[in-house]
Amino acid sequence: MSRRVRMWMVAIAGAAVAVGMGLAFVDLPSFGGSHHPYRDAAIHGSVAHQTANAVSAVNFDQRGLDTFGEESILFASIIGVSALLRPSKEEQEAGPSQPGRVMEATRILGYAFIPLVLIVGLDVISHGVITPGGGFQGGIILASGIHLLYVAGSYETLGRLRPVRLFEHGEAIGAGAFACLGIAGAATAMGFLANLIPLGSFGQLFSAGTVELLNGAVGIEVGSGVIVLIAKFLDQAILLGPQKS
Amino acid sequence: MSYYGYFVAGAIMLTGAVGIARSRNLVHAVVCLSVSQAGTYVLLLSIGYQRHAAAPVFGSTIKPSTKVVDPVVQALCLTDIVVSATVTALLLALSLQIAKHHGTTDPDELSALRG
Repeated sequence: MSRRVRMWMVAIAGAAVAVGMGLAFVDLPSFGGSHHPYRDAAIHGSVAHQTANAVSAVNFDQRGLDTFGEESILFASIIGVSALLRPSKEEQEAGPSQPGRVMEATRILGYAFIPLVLIVGLDVISHGVITPGGGFQGGIILASGIHLLYVAGSYETLGRLRPVRLFEHGEAIGAGAFACLGIAGAATAMGFLANLIPLGSFGQLFSAGTVELLNGAVGIEVGSGVIVLIAKFLDQAILLGPQKS
Repeated sequence: MSYYGYFVAGAIMLTGAVGIARSRNLVHAVVCLSVSQAGTYVLLLSIGYQRHAAAPVFGSTIKPSTKVVDPVVQALCLTDIVVSATVTALLLALSLQIAKHHGTTDPDELSALRG
């Protein structure tokens, strides 16, 4: 199929989709309006389970099974990336080339920010029940914080202080902990991922029952998973020499 | 009555789709897919939006009786972002392997089946 034919097909199909979407949109409730039945139900459930952050309540309590599925997608795609980016037989590790020059300002700021970013990450995970944030967001912040070692230091520093094997286990432990909490709910005959531990009181750090624990499990999994993911790409870019054809 | 947010979402999604069709580089196509997915975030958040409402995180100033925006679509959006990020990583890994094995990242040159 030539480019010209393809672009015509895209134009026709795109126009059809645009018309369909336009017709659907004008039947939706008006943008910014006050009619939100799902919101009312979700907030009722969130308050009933002493969860101040309603988004966390939806993710880890009311729709926990859905988040479990999402976590599995994350897990599977990280396994997929690891499998795809294995060094093949022909590629031998060339070893990192001489580290380039890092500006002093970058180095100082980078090292200064590592503890700050790690603390912010832990804070976002642990307060996911009562303030905006949670396991997914905090996990990403933790993973980025560790990679400041690469920005401020060098690839070798990062390799020494970031044992990839440990984080591979961390990813599995996070996913396993999520599943175990779900099975614990099923074992007590309340249902998979039911909120079974004491709920605490509204707005406290340790409230909302299992939501706090699931946040932690997700934080471990996302943080470790992203570190593994970036490690695989960095290995490809830095350790493996250019391919000889 | 206003539908402004929905149409912005639709436009972003279609822009990404056109980008994928016009793409001459697999990395470019992956980025276009991310743009297309960003349309779904805008759509979800526009559906849950309410004028002059607060974020759905309660505390001392925002009581559960206050008007807030819809937390359900925000949770969906979070799910969407995580899945988008991991799928992007997977697609980039695939692009890397294609570049290694075929020596090109132009999808138009990848017509032959091998192996």
